[in-house]
Amino acid sequence: MSSIHDAFARAKSENRAALIGYLPAGYPSRDGAIECIKAMVEGGVDIVEIGLPYSDPVMDGPTIQAAVEISLNAGTKIVDVIETVRAIAADGTPTLVMSYWNPIERFGVEKFATELANAGGVGVITPDLTPEEAGAWNAATDAHGVDRVFLVALSSTNERIATVASETTGFIYAGAVMGVTGARSSISGAIQDLVARTRQASELPVAVGLGVSTPEQAHEIAQYADGVIVGSAFVSAIEKGGAQGARELAEKLAAGVKR
Amino acid sequence: MSIDTAVVPDALGHFGPFGGRFVPEALMAALDEINDAFHKAIVDPSFTAELNDLLVNYTGRPSPITVAANFSKHCGGATILLKREDLNHTGSHKINNVLGQALLTKRMGKTRVIAETGAGQHGVATATAAALFGLECVVYMGEEDTKRQALNVARMRLLGATVVPVTTGSRTLKDAINEAMRDWVANVETTHYLFGTVAGPAPFPELVREFHRVIGKEARQQMLDRFHRLPDAVVACVGGGSNAIGIFHEFIPDTDVKLIGIEAGGDGVETGRHASTITGGAVGVLHGARSFVLQDEDGQTVESHSISAGLDYPGVGPEHAYLHDIGRAEYRPVTDAQAMEAFQILCQTEGIIPAIETAHALHGAMTLGKELGPEAYILINLSGRGDKDVETAARWFGLTE
Repeated sequence: MSSIHDAFARAKSENRAALIGYLPAGYPSRDGAIECIKAMVEGGVDIVEIGLPYSDPVMDGPTIQAAVEISLNAGTKIVDVIETVRAIAADGTPTLVMSYWNPIERFGVEKFATELANAGGVGVITPDLTPEEAGAWNAATDAHGVDRVFLVALSSTNERIATVASETTGFIYAGAVMGVTGARSSISGAIQDLVARTRQASELPVAVGLGVSTPEQAHEIAQYADGVIVGSAFVSAIEKGGAQGARELAEKLAAGVKR
Repeated sequence: MSIDTAVVPDALGHFGPFGGRFVPEALMAALDEINDAFHKAIVDPSFTAELNDLLVNYTGRPSPITVAANFSKHCGGATILLKREDLNHTGSHKINNVLGQALLTKRMGKTRVIAETGAGQHGVATATAAALFGLECVVYMGEEDTKRQALNVARMRLLGATVVPVTTGSRTLKDAINEAMRDWVANVETTHYLFGTVAGPAPFPELVREFHRVIGKEARQQMLDRFHRLPDAVVACVGGGSNAIGIFHEFIPDTDVKLIGIEAGGDGVETGRHASTITGGAVGVLHGARSFVLQDEDGQTVESHSISAGLDYPGVGPEHAYLHDIGRAEYRPVTDAQAMEAFQILCQTEGIIPAIETAHALHGAMTLGKELGPEAYILINLSGRGDKDVETAARWFGLTE
């Protein structure tokens, strides 16, 4: 079984949800991202998502858009993302890439899966790729033992959840809000129902993200989900307090995900 | 190949290897809903009757064909025929699609429409339909475009729409679409994204095409009735490609009729500063569909450049990519300078001020006419009028104080 599986199993045995932290590669700088992600892991992040900066991030709100723009303006390339994965995965942390689809298709589906696996990456989250368009991707990820994570949304029918669940490996990403990434003051109760509907369709762990930023929200979600995903809040914490800010937020969120 | 089966996307919205849906899962249900509503509506006589009534009595269809005898002299003597979409209410072809989608919005029980706009023609048309049907309307427009198309910003606001200048990225049409998608994913329950071109995720390329197909249907019949023949070539400008698909589609089975799409060449394709997506781009995914995209080796979108806001887009509709791929249509670039030359010639020979978008097609016909010779009949989609471009043109020609 994959290291993603192990991370969820360990969290479960400790009676808590797994904490999944996101940061775009190249933010605040190439080396700064590695330093900050290591600090997030030291603070209690179990699984790392490294964002692949893209010019047209339609699923992202202002916080991540700004971070991605800084990264792209500094010249971040796909090879830099792969190197960031290598640096984090070297410590044994389960490390995924989160990427819009076009950069992967342009880089080469097979080549991307190969290079990610060689760097120690264990999975890829593709927010704008649905199972209907994933034929070549399924083959490449299967061939290289890379988990592919698709998303379910509050608007997903049970039929679509079943389709997504049947093609996903690693864990299922459940979007907590209808909208783009970024902190929200409150998370609707509908997400609990989505997690329950997803469990009907799959044995895989279900992690909840989009809009989750505070230890209180993490605690609430940890009561019914296997993982809690936080992204924009880490970007904001780093903007204010650098790696130390990332570590402190991770510590608070890690306390929050205890049941 | 029959007319009805000329180019029909598969169940997942693919035109050959192009099209499809590359969107967040959160939008899948809404796209399914639109697809269902659309396919029910177009076979529902009450829907088609209501739409047809609007097209005739509100838009002013059918639009005439004008014989441009003076302009012909600049086209190697070929007979030049202008399909006058500029005479439609709101001044361009965009109203055809907007009225269809506004009726669909009502049928789906949604109360708010959002739209992206480049030149502002789609935004004006959407604001118009929203006023007519009592829908809340928000239009996203790149900040750069709000400056070069200030007249249309004022028109939209007069019609009661909210215009949001988009300040991210290149501040043009691409970024306006990004921002509209972000709005849509958050408000999809109440909101229809009234998409303005034949790009985007399925079913938009097919849906927008069907609402613009009236252009080619009319033009083909007008050719037969008045000239007792079909044209040798049909020419239209291509940004996203809605006016071009609208006039091309009916002629696809007429394999003797050349279909020529004119892309915006900006400073010249060789300079890298252009918007010629098929000529100078590569296959990729942008804004929900696989097509040609201006992009770098990492799949990052490269900014497009064109004097024309409506063509200044680094993507193109998937059906155009398909027509190019199978060799049924040909796509050529025309530079800013060439387009402005044609713009001025049409103004001064025919008394028609075209949109700068359309001027690209006019220059394409000037070249094509010389290739085909004086016996040729060339049908041009005169997709929009140029009032909105007067300031840009005046600056280009040094006519201001």
